[in-house]
Parts: sequence; C-alpha cells; structure tokens
Amino acid sequence: MSNAQIERQWTSRLRHRVVEKLPPDRLLPDTQPAYVASWIYVFGVTTMAALGIVILTGVILALDGPQWWHSSSLGHFVNSMHLWSVEIFFFAMVVHLWGKFSMAAWRGGRSLTWVTGAVTFLASILAGFTGYVSQTNFDSQWIATQAKDGINSTGGGAFFNVLNLGQMLMWHIVLLPLAALALTGLHVIMVRVKGVVPPFEDNAEVSA
Amino acid sequence: MTKKPFRPDVDAPEYHGAYVPYDIIKEGAIAFLVVLVLTAALAIVFSSPDEKAVTIKTWSNANTVDFAQTAGDELTATSDVATYGAPYNNNGTSQHWGFLSPEKWVGVRIAVNTTNDFVINPLSDQPAQPQLTAALDQWKSASSATQGAWGAAYTKVEANLTYSNGQVHLPTTAAGPIAVLLSYETQMARSGALDQALIAQNGFYTTNYTKPLLFISDGTYFAGLATKQHLAGDQWGMMNETGQYPGQAWLWLYTFWYQVPPYNTSASGDFLVWGTMMILTALMILLPFIPGLRSIPRRLKIYRIIWREHYAREA
Repeated sequence: MSNAQIERQWTSRLRHRVVEKLPPDRLLPDTQPAYVASWIYVFGVTTMAALGIVILTGVILALDGPQWWHSSSLGHFVNSMHLWSVEIFFFAMVVHLWGKFSMAAWRGGRSLTWVTGAVTFLASILAGFTGYVSQTNFDSQWIATQAKDGINSTGGGAFFNVLNLGQMLMWHIVLLPLAALALTGLHVIMVRVKGVVPPFEDNAEVSA
Repeated sequence: MTKKPFRPDVDAPEYHGAYVPYDIIKEGAIAFLVVLVLTAALAIVFSSPDEKAVTIKTWSNANTVDFAQTAGDELTATSDVATYGAPYNNNGTSQHWGFLSPEKWVGVRIAVNTTNDFVINPLSDQPAQPQLTAALDQWKSASSATQGAWGAAYTKVEANLTYSNGQVHLPTTAAGPIAVLLSYETQMARSGALDQALIAQNGFYTTNYTKPLLFISDGTYFAGLATKQHLAGDQWGMMNETGQYPGQAWLWLYTFWYQVPPYNTSASGDFLVWGTMMILTALMILLPFIPGLRSIPRRLKIYRIIWREHYAREA
C-alpha cells in the first residue's frame, strides 16, 4: 500500500483532522493568555470537579440498589455527599454561566461553546430532578405528584411519567449522566479548540 | 473586496498580549480535592433529609375518614385524578392556551380508571366474604345511571362520613352499596393489603408507582404533610425540600411563576408556566444569535471588573 493510499484512509484523515483542530498543546496547554486572571474562571473547573464527585458518589449509591441508603449509616452519608456535591455543582455552574454571560463568551466563533454549555445546564436540571423523584421517600413522592401537572400540560407526561420510579431512575443513572458527560466533554473540547474569549476592546462602543 | 465590519458582540479581537504559565492538570486536581473536602464537610455537618414515604396503610391509619372520603371519590369518579383528563382519562378539561393544547393532542396514554383500578378491582381480588361479594355484585350489575345516582347521594353526605368499629357510616340510604364497599376498602388499606394490591396490578416485578401515588395525592392527608414541610405550590414548594435543606434552588424562576398572576389564577397555569419557561430557555440557548440581547453584557460592563487587571495593563 502506498503512502498516498494510507493517507486516504478514513483513520488517517480523522487523525489529521483531530490533530489540526486540537493539537496536544492546545488540548493540554501549559500557558494561557494573561487576561485569564480572575476568580470567575475558577467556577468552570469547580463545576467539573463537583460533577466528578456527583458521579463518584452516585456510582457508590448504585452498588447496592436504590434503597439501601435508607437503612445504612454509610449509605446515608454517601447520599449526603451526593446531595451536597449536587448543590455545589449547580452553584458553581450558575456562577460560571453568569460569568460567561458577562464576558459575552460566545464572541469570536464561540457560539456553539455557549450553546453546549446552556444545553448541559438543562440536562443537569433534568438529571437533578430525576434524582429528587428517585429518592424513594416522602420528598420524591411529593415532588413527583406535583411535577406531573406541569409535564402533563405539555403533553410530555404521557411519555416521561414522573410517577414511574423505574423510568425516572433509569433516566437518572444512565441516560442523563451520559448526556451530561457527553455535553460537558464537547463543551470543554470546544473551549480548548477556540481558547478563552479575549476581553472586549475598550472602545468597542459600536452598533451590535 | 471590502472587509466585514467588526461586530463587538459577535467578533472577538485578536489577542497579541502576554501569556503566563498555566498548569491545567494541577488546577483540576486541586479543584477536585477542595470540592471533595467541602462536600464531605457539608455531609458530616448537615447530613441529608430522608422523610419516610407515605403508604396507603399509614395514611388510612393516621386519618381514616380522609382515606375513606378519598376512596369514595375514586369509586364515584369525582376525585381530582378521576376528572384529570389526559394522559389518564378523558374526563377533564385539558390545559390550553388558545388552540394550543398538547395535553389533549397526546390523549390518554396512561389509562387510569379510578373506580375499577383503585376500588372495585382490589376488592374483587379479596377472599370471598358474603357482604362484600353482595356489594360488589350490586355495584357491577347496576347501570351507569344507577351508579351515578348512588354517587350523587354519596357526594351530598360525604362531609359527614364517619368511621367506627371498622365500618364506614354514611347518613343516607340512597348510596347503594357504597358504604359497604368503602368499609372493606378501608379495612384493606389499614392492613396494608391495598398498597400491595395497587402495586401488584403491574405484575410481580414492578417499579411503576403511578396508581398508588395518584391515589395518595388525591387525599388531604398527603398535602397536609407537605404544607407542614413548606412544600406546597404557594410556598415555593417545587424548589424546597423536607427539613431546612436548600433543595432545587436552581428551579427558582420556574417556581416563581406559580406565585404570581395570571399563572397562579389560571386553570391552565401549568401550561402557561411551561410555555413561558420554554421561551426563556430558548432565548438563553440562542442568546449569541439574538441582536440586542447579546449586547447586554457589553452595556452592563461587568466585564470591566472581571478583566480589570487586563484593562489596567492596557491603560
């Protein structure tokens, strides 16, 4: 097989494309623009760190099924960590979102970075909600019976039945974590490909 | 060929300034450890709430009259669930805004017949007892008009229903077999057998609690417990949690609409809230493409605080 033939292979083409778009020094940079110097930038990585702990504690909770944490002090502690890591996750994510809004971080061809971030936020809300209705306690009973009216009013309740524990649990531990992880991965890759948005020019007072 | 004009809310200036060292892996590792320690500390100090689930057994023993009245409403098809409409049945008015009514368009997909699913079928599966069998036969063999007349008679005296010596008493003789059926239904409930009967309707293996939850939610006992825990809709309940815990605080905007007119006064309030939130969500996602909205950050100038060191260097 000639070199030209090898270069025409799908695998070769994909590798070239990936390396061109995201060379290793951009994927894992060791320097960054000097303007990236504010505490607001910490909340993106904090969100990801919290997501890691949410998943880690969720995996531990999954080991013995959906109800063991009610009768085990260890299980209750892991559930508490799951709850508080979710609270930190959302707090950091919301601050990150407002920070990026304030920077108009979609500028310079970064629109899809914003869009993937916003969709990740929505997927996370859904993941959090399905977790709340999968607790198998009074809280989950009440939230599910109240939430059904809103979802039913859109017609969605006929397919996404919040009173069906099995369906909610599957969405919570399989479908939505996969979606959140995939979206987060895509979001981070786009940040690495495009870089961190530069500051507005100080005299940028022209029409949008 | 003319160069495209620079649009400050769409385009970003080229950066030609300095770069500084940045250890992305170290940053991630430190963030993970800090959040891990913080999470563990919060879990140790504050723990997490876990109020036991309500069962039909606990409900019917704690407030027998409320249970029996609710069961009567299910039997006579006058409860909230019986008159809900789609996706459970065709007996209610679907929420809508103008001609938009997706609830109605989708139709009944999770069929719930409260008379049979919540009362008649569970009682029919009980071991034969002469009084119960006779009451069931009387109900099943009656015409819908007769059942309706018994139901109307029951509704009139429902508020005066009493329970004593294991029996439900109604101050009327016009309600047919309803008092007997409710007596046996209440006995089943108080023993825990009704919980099992409702769950087992889905077969041996099940994870679907739609019917028992709908039944429980029709009673005032369940809502009373929620109100004590500040979880009711007019108490910002969707974002609260049992006890003094932060709950789903990120749902504040969704919950907010339920506190103000016309959302909290309209019969289609849920649909209006969801419609509003869908529009706002679409605006958030598509913000970079919407002239005017995408200019807000530049006009707010909060970015000057974020990048103050950069602007100080530039100046």
